[in-house]
Amino acid sequence: MNRLKLDRRLVLAIVVIGVATLVWLLVTIGLIASTLAPAQLALVTEQLAPRLVLIGLTWLFGLVSIAATLRWLFRRYASAPARLLEQTQVLLAAPKAAPMDHHGTKETQALAQAIFQLASQRDGLREDVAAQIVQASQSVQQEKNRLAALMAELTQSVVVCNLDGRIILYNSRARMQFKAISSAPALAGGAELMGIGRSIYAVFDRQLVAHALESIRQRMERGAASPSAQFVTTTQAGQLLKVQMAPVRHVQSQVDEADISGFVLMLDNVTRAFEEEHLRDQLLHGLTEGSRSSLANIQAAVDMLAYPDLEADMRERFLGVVREEVHSMSERITGMTQKATEGLKARWPLEEMLGSDVLLAAQRRIQARSQRSVTLENLDTSLWLKVDSFSLTQALDYLAMRLVDEFDIKFFRLRLQASGNRGQLDLIWTGQAMSTETVMSWEMDSMRFGVESTPLTVRDVVERHGGEMWFERERVRHEAFFRFLLPLASVQEQLDASQLAPSDARPEFYDFDLFKTSDQSSALDDRLLSDLTFTVFDTETTGLSPSEGDEIIQMGAARIVNSKLLNQESFEQLVNPGRLIPAATIPIHGITQDMVQGKPPITEVLPAFYAFAQDTVLVAHNAAFDMKFLQLQEKNTGLVFNHPVLDTLLLSAVVHPNQESHRLEAIAERFNITVLGRHTALGDALVTAQVWLRLIPLLQAMGINTLRQAREAAQKTYYARLKY
Amino acid sequence: MSPTILVADDEPNIVISLEYLLKREGYTVVTARDGQQALDAMARELPDLVLLDVMMPKKTGFEVCQEIRSNEVMQAVKILMLTAKGRDTDVAKGMALGADAYMTKPFATRELVQKVAEMLGRPA
Repeated sequence: MNRLKLDRRLVLAIVVIGVATLVWLLVTIGLIASTLAPAQLALVTEQLAPRLVLIGLTWLFGLVSIAATLRWLFRRYASAPARLLEQTQVLLAAPKAAPMDHHGTKETQALAQAIFQLASQRDGLREDVAAQIVQASQSVQQEKNRLAALMAELTQSVVVCNLDGRIILYNSRARMQFKAISSAPALAGGAELMGIGRSIYAVFDRQLVAHALESIRQRMERGAASPSAQFVTTTQAGQLLKVQMAPVRHVQSQVDEADISGFVLMLDNVTRAFEEEHLRDQLLHGLTEGSRSSLANIQAAVDMLAYPDLEADMRERFLGVVREEVHSMSERITGMTQKATEGLKARWPLEEMLGSDVLLAAQRRIQARSQRSVTLENLDTSLWLKVDSFSLTQALDYLAMRLVDEFDIKFFRLRLQASGNRGQLDLIWTGQAMSTETVMSWEMDSMRFGVESTPLTVRDVVERHGGEMWFERERVRHEAFFRFLLPLASVQEQLDASQLAPSDARPEFYDFDLFKTSDQSSALDDRLLSDLTFTVFDTETTGLSPSEGDEIIQMGAARIVNSKLLNQESFEQLVNPGRLIPAATIPIHGITQDMVQGKPPITEVLPAFYAFAQDTVLVAHNAAFDMKFLQLQEKNTGLVFNHPVLDTLLLSAVVHPNQESHRLEAIAERFNITVLGRHTALGDALVTAQVWLRLIPLLQAMGINTLRQAREAAQKTYYARLKY
Repeated sequence: MSPTILVADDEPNIVISLEYLLKREGYTVVTARDGQQALDAMARELPDLVLLDVMMPKKTGFEVCQEIRSNEVMQAVKILMLTAKGRDTDVAKGMALGADAYMTKPFATRELVQKVAEMLGRPA
């Protein structure tokens, strides 16, 4: 479009010059003619008339050479400034100025230099201001970080939402919990449910939350000091969540009225506790009701037996009733005891611990107290125990100490292995034979450690774990050991505990700016670009022809909320394409056949991605390519990706029509974006996201503020490109 | 004619005692082993009183109780519910559904005999 306008100006200039020279020629001829006598004039006319074409030709030649010069000058002096303008606009929008790679005239190059210096000055000033702001806001940030850190360390799930139900903050425990209730846990890892800016109503019924909020409001209006509400709800995946809700009040509100800006949810997955409760209930029920009717039968029979005139055969029948009922009652009680020991006995709060951690703790304690060396034999490093580690290490330490004191044992070994559905922890020593009675009598003694003593016995500790302990000898090896049977952590508990690794305990799981925003009733199309939530994604494929059997082999996506790129909430998944990956493409994406082996097919990955991208605008570089792959899967998955789509390639062309290249690398270079991990799907998605964040202010400078405007502008360039 | 009593309980071990006991007391005794049998026996024999266990197969004592009360022919029958459920909510439900009296298992047979006599208006 710009170039078209320039051409018209050029043509106009040439026409003007052409007309001017023509006028000059005619005027000159007229003037000369007016000085000539009629005879001379006739002679000249006679001489010149046949050569008029020659004059016309020289004029035309002159005009063409003037036009060519003009065009050259125009190119050099008019379009160079246009390029310079664009580059300057980049500088204007860029957070930090990069030297401009400007090819133009001497003057524009000098101008570029000067502009860069100006921009550098601006950067300097900006940095000054920023430094001051940083200083000033450091304490605020510190508070925020402290809060986030605190949240991260909590073992309870915490989610903070604004009034529209958008998530503002969550901790890693909450994320884990959402992973457990997500229907696609292996792929999106709960990120499709739990994310900054996502709606909590994807998990909880809107009415339920509204009801809880309403009751909090009522309580606040009545003047309750710390109003809160509670509800229990089942999730789609059938998990039972207990939710406690507390309001977030407006900080500024002076009057103590029901002025809420959001709410805090504390979640507790009570599925397991509820199941246990249910089982206990059943047992109790069986015990009471079953026993009642048995007792009734016995009592009635005994009452009958008391009649002195009872016939012999009736007596035998009533005795039979009594015998039968007594028998069934004892059976019931035996069964009950068994069930109770299986699941319900140990009410002592036990924690899930990695077996090797338990071993280490015991080793340290025994070595420190008894001054004896302890070696560890961990036969199954993936073993998770459910223990009260303090009392357990106390018991091991106590036994070791008795062995040292009474039998002068020098070395110990601790051995851990799985045995059925229990863990088997042995304290082993070599030495003289000792009687079973002696050592087993220790388990009933109160444990004493020097001057310290506790009323607990080893037996108490064992019972606390619902386990068992005994003494065994291996005569051949002159070894003896105490064996503890300990409960194992359930698979879910192992998952819970292992994922609470401290390494990811300090994430950027909050965005307090969301308190200010509210859902607008207007459609997505009229929302400001800076307010929208984007899913920026990229795919790696086996080739460039989706319609000829090329398939996706990797998907990567990142989220932008409130103009912030959320590094914590990304999506990355290798996909089994169900076909060979052409060897020629492997150097490009670095994905080999082995890497996609056993990975889920696209029909499993797309639903997870769909959920991840819900309610957002899709952004991709050369989006048409990626969208084509997604659309070809519509038949197989039933998922229609009708999200609004923006293309950074087209929008870059909108912002910089005079740049030659709109490849992702070229744009990234222009914007001075550091490129890491290019040509992995997530790597490219992250670069695209950064590019998009830089494009937003440039588009705004052109008056393109809403999603609709951005889409229209992109369409125009698209058609413009088609024409050329 | 001596009053007829229906004993409806799925546990033969209690039925045998109750049958013996009530016969001794001079009643005519009919027995049933589940809710449906109980209703059939009701329609057939039209007893004066029914000892109705709550937990029975096919139809629970509660259901039987409701059907008796909604049936014009049987309406007048006295109902004494027997239950192993000790909760007062069950007692309340039984009484609400039309039982005349309620006894929780286990019970002393003497008390049962007294109660039955009382309900039938006979001197114990």
